[in-house]
Amino acid sequence: MTETKRQSGYFAQAWLVIALALGFSAALAGVDVALRDRIADNKRKATFGKIPELVPGATGGVAMEVDGYTVYRAMVGARQAGWVVRAAGQGYADRIELLVGLDARAETITGLAILDQKETPGLGDNIRTPEFRGRFAGKKTDRPLQPGSKTADNEIQAISGATISSGSVCTIINDAVAALREKLAAMAEPGL
Amino acid sequence: MANNQPTALERFLRGILPENPLYRQVLGTCPSLAVTNNMKAAMTMAASVAFVLICANLMTSLIRNLLKPHLRILVFTLTIAAFVTIADSFLAAFLPEMSAELGPYIPLIIVNCIIICRCEVCASKQGLFASAADAVGQSVGYALALASIATVREILGMKTWFGLPVMPGSFPAWGIMILPPGAFITLGLLLGAANWAASARSKPSAKPS
Repeated sequence: MTETKRQSGYFAQAWLVIALALGFSAALAGVDVALRDRIADNKRKATFGKIPELVPGATGGVAMEVDGYTVYRAMVGARQAGWVVRAAGQGYADRIELLVGLDARAETITGLAILDQKETPGLGDNIRTPEFRGRFAGKKTDRPLQPGSKTADNEIQAISGATISSGSVCTIINDAVAALREKLAAMAEPGL
Repeated sequence: MANNQPTALERFLRGILPENPLYRQVLGTCPSLAVTNNMKAAMTMAASVAFVLICANLMTSLIRNLLKPHLRILVFTLTIAAFVTIADSFLAAFLPEMSAELGPYIPLIIVNCIIICRCEVCASKQGLFASAADAVGQSVGYALALASIATVREILGMKTWFGLPVMPGSFPAWGIMILPPGAFITLGLLLGAANWAASARSKPSAKPS
């Protein structure tokens, strides 16, 4: 095949690839348009849907930014029931993303939810269990939490075999609480 | 060219056991190790692979007479990538929890050799019906393979099957089974068993290529 023939043959050879690329792009754009809202809604629900279990009695929330943290004012109707703080930090394997529920004065932890984690299956990923998360409810925020075996006021019973994951969760909460405690208390609706 | 190719029924049946993608061809082993620590994840993966495989085989079969030999792999990859992206979006929209659990392994179906192998071996040479039968057979074979590994790992590692408790409370959960080593051990033993069974059946004739 001569040089000129080969060049004129490029399009003849590649037209199928080009046509398929255009066709598939259009199809993907269509799928994206059809599903985009639903996917965004799922992501929103993954956070907002957790608010009622993190702050007892809450029925919804309003998102805001405080000091770089995403914070939700948890509401019962038009009244504030508490706060939900989105926080993240290093775990044993990868970043852990979680939501902490606080009362309106940010003095007591009311709940904990894990949004994303890649801890060791069977050990560290037990931080997702209701049993472990329940150990945080009712803890005061005036002293930093730490993992331990005894249940002192500021100690969280660690998961056996996953002390680092348990400690990471405590650290993430401590950092967020230290940064936000006073600000949230000041921002709470008066009278709470 | 299609005259000496297997029929649609043969294609379907071969995919399930004699040419099982995992146990006989040893293709697609990465997801079969990564997402088989519970049945739900394994079956979501199997369904996604089935969707992509069937669509890619049909598409390839439709355009098989237009394919240029040196551009065919590019066309296969393009086709597969498009359908994988669609599957990924549908999972994120309708099964968000599974989508989060499977993470990168759904997009990685693009590089799953089973699909490109079927496009090359069957769909680029045979008609729509045979290609569809081939895709369904291979998908069923792959689903059975994933199910066998996930069943062993979930029951021994978490004492559940599809999330339902199946083992007595006194049985200790073997934590290693849901960790990566458990995947290699299970796949290795099952692969060995499958090979042993196949060679026992076809003795003493030579191994099929």
